[in-house]
Amino acid sequence: MPTFSTPTFATGSSHARRSTTATLLSVIAAGSLLLSGCSGSAQAEGESDAKPQSGGTLKVAYDVDPQCIDGQQQGTNVTLNVTRQITDSLTDQDPETGEIVPWLAESWDVDKDSKTFTFHLRDGVTFQDGSDFTSESVKENFEAIEDLGAKSSLGQTYLDGLESITTPDERTVTFTFADPNVQFLQATSTMTLGFYSSDTLQKTPEERCTGDIVGTGPFSLESFEHNKGIKLSRFDDYDWASSLAKHDGAAYLDGIDISIVPEASVRNGSLISGQIDVDTSVQSQDEKTLDAQGLGIVSRPNPGVVYNLVPKETGDIASDKAVRQALVKGIDRPQLQSVLSDHQAPATSVLAKSTAQYEDLSDLLAYDPDGAKKLLEDAGWKAGVDGIREKDGTKLSTTLTYWQDAPFLELVQQQLREIGFDLQLDKKTLAEVTAKQAEGQEEFTFGNLTRTDADVVRNYFGAEEQNSNSRKPGKIDEALAKTTSEQNADQRTKDFTEAVKLIIDEGYSIPIVELSGVVGTGENVRDFAYETSSRYQLHDTWLDGE
Amino acid sequence: MSLRYLVSRLGQGLIVLWIAFTLSFVLLYWLPGDPVVTMLGAGGELQNIDPAEVDRLRAEFHLDQPLAVQYLYALFGLLRLDFGTSIQTGTPVTEAIAASLPSTIALAALALAIALVAGVVIAVTATLTRRSWLRDTLAALPGLGVALPTFWVGLMLLQVFSFRFPLFPAVGTGTPAAIVLPAVTLAISLSAIIAQVLFRSLQNAWVQPFVTTYTASGYSRLRLLLRQALPVAVLPALTMSGVLFGQALAGSVVVENVFSRQGLGRLAQTAVTSQDIPLVQGIVLFAAAVFVLVNLATDLIYPILDPRLGAANRRSAGTDGANLAEADAQGEGSIPAEADATPGSDATGSGSTESSATGRTDLEGSRA
Repeated sequence: MPTFSTPTFATGSSHARRSTTATLLSVIAAGSLLLSGCSGSAQAEGESDAKPQSGGTLKVAYDVDPQCIDGQQQGTNVTLNVTRQITDSLTDQDPETGEIVPWLAESWDVDKDSKTFTFHLRDGVTFQDGSDFTSESVKENFEAIEDLGAKSSLGQTYLDGLESITTPDERTVTFTFADPNVQFLQATSTMTLGFYSSDTLQKTPEERCTGDIVGTGPFSLESFEHNKGIKLSRFDDYDWASSLAKHDGAAYLDGIDISIVPEASVRNGSLISGQIDVDTSVQSQDEKTLDAQGLGIVSRPNPGVVYNLVPKETGDIASDKAVRQALVKGIDRPQLQSVLSDHQAPATSVLAKSTAQYEDLSDLLAYDPDGAKKLLEDAGWKAGVDGIREKDGTKLSTTLTYWQDAPFLELVQQQLREIGFDLQLDKKTLAEVTAKQAEGQEEFTFGNLTRTDADVVRNYFGAEEQNSNSRKPGKIDEALAKTTSEQNADQRTKDFTEAVKLIIDEGYSIPIVELSGVVGTGENVRDFAYETSSRYQLHDTWLDGE
Repeated sequence: MSLRYLVSRLGQGLIVLWIAFTLSFVLLYWLPGDPVVTMLGAGGELQNIDPAEVDRLRAEFHLDQPLAVQYLYALFGLLRLDFGTSIQTGTPVTEAIAASLPSTIALAALALAIALVAGVVIAVTATLTRRSWLRDTLAALPGLGVALPTFWVGLMLLQVFSFRFPLFPAVGTGTPAAIVLPAVTLAISLSAIIAQVLFRSLQNAWVQPFVTTYTASGYSRLRLLLRQALPVAVLPALTMSGVLFGQALAGSVVVENVFSRQGLGRLAQTAVTSQDIPLVQGIVLFAAAVFVLVNLATDLIYPILDPRLGAANRRSAGTDGANLAEADAQGEGSIPAEADATPGSDATGSGSTESSATGRTDLEGSRA
């Protein structure tokens, strides 16, 4: 008889050990701080007056692997941060003013209905494979994005309602939309609507995901290996930087080496010991160490919809307007700062400060526990023996499933307990939360949504669009509709503010905290900058060799 | 070693593969979450996913079918040696595994080499030394080595040998130096297993009467140990190869994450998190297949190293792991026959309790 004569591993506890990894990790991280506190030299980082110098490879650490490297398809930050280096866009947007400025398009005309957009392209632009960038390239790319369908969810948002693309000549391209579509001009500044060469577009979406990509950008993609890293090298012929760039011509860096480093403490230690130049995902507990080391921290709030609770009209509790309004009033946002890092801030509107059409609405979000209690009381929610309100046998209680690293939710939980609302927190994996949200059975969802243009509000809350509140069309949609045709920037901001006020007033969004990406940079890194959507633009970045 | 034996062993191997495949399939199916929705979700930002697109993709991967039908699809694909493509990346599963394999093999091979040297040195020194404090310390090391969490060891080594004293790079697979710390980390638990088994069998041999006989006839302790006791004691350690392989693979999940290395363990970890069913199944099958082959190879090599085992095999058709291990522990090669009088040895005990390894390590693979 055959035998399996293999003795087993003497201890059976390896899984149990691993499951405690997360807990132990924080202990280790704390220990690491003590050890690392005495190494490295203190030197203030910042904008140097020195003349930028060419050369060197920027070593960047990501926390997660971009499953797909094609920014036309994938909408995650890790992917788009790479795409921004490989491709250029028709326009660029000033991160300070929100103004749309020339890039690959020298100028553009928008008709008075905001339905037809004509772009006049810059001369002499080529792809990294030497082929010419023409109006035909623009047409091909935008058609390819439409063909991607749901594989390019961001792309579909930007190109919604596109009827035709015409190319009267090599330097002119005209887009016609079925309905007014003011947001399209800003959309042309995103990397999702960046350009690939004709050859690249012939590849299947899967091939492009794995790195078969040639663009017009300042860096070309050398290699992409899952869980290993991404290598970019300078495109020497590059001479069409955005009008916002600090310099013309090729990038300063020879290349960019991105490695995927999942452990936060390893990223932090590597940055402090100078083994990497940029940690793209600094944990809040590591910020003080970096400060103490004199290393730079760059952060910018993600524009778009802040971390907020989104109630659904289909829910038993969330369908009650009084409950939603009480939740808006029941959160003491300034107090949240005590559990946030210096680089995060409580929300002051549904939109983050970095959004082009942001206006401070913190008055509408003021803490008013008595007002909240009165609203609930009047609506028939009476306090039960445990302090949790109930009405007709229904408890004012809900379970929020989320995956984000959002410890501030525990403080929110305590605050809402004060007004008799029981918020149960259930942290799960991203896969589980996404699946639950897709089922649409939950009373509230939690999360954020990044985009520089406030059109993200229309897209997410609009009853005709994604309708995340599952509500009937109403005044909110009338206000949002105005924004699609309003060409005057100030008036458009006013229209958005009107819509956002209505959303807050109805309690369709309960804003909590502005999400900021926090990046740590080594002492030699200069001019590491965010573009308008809070992703990086590394064309101007350089390494100070001293 | 008859042909029939070989065929029957291979047949058993296939059954093991099938069980591993089925178990991992069921486990993945019951996990909450949906791989298609995960793929379409924009990295977790708020976004309503188009239900039509979800349905279309679910149909593409046969996820809309009942469990039994999905299972049959996967099983028939497997029979055609078609492992499918990764749901998350669109890469063929075989390609993804092939890309990850070299760096894991390099890591595991170096770790095993370090573990062998360290394990043998610890066991031999502990046996030879006359200082009881040294023997006790060394004898305690394996227990410690197994108990230390791999990720903690990895982070500490990084802290000291990379961040504090920049001797080795912390990140990546680029340079030869980059493999040192990960290999040492992985080697600690492996060497603990080797040292433990070897030390026990050496101790066992050391108390045999023949040792006294040899010592009396002027053999030095070291020579006696190296020439007589060690060759005998190495055999039970060989039966550990399957376990060591399983341990190396499980350890690679942690080590590759801590040291940011590309590899099979890292691939397995990301595949499980994103519920990439075809990829997880491919990795489970691969791991199970290697495990089966390692065990088979061990059993085939065994009789060559120790001819009496071939005889034992032929003699008793019902030989199981315990018997084999017993034969190892009690067979002293060229050593005089008094040894047979040894009462039930330690090695026998450990051999019999540990003979159920096959099923266990398969499970490790599917969970990894």
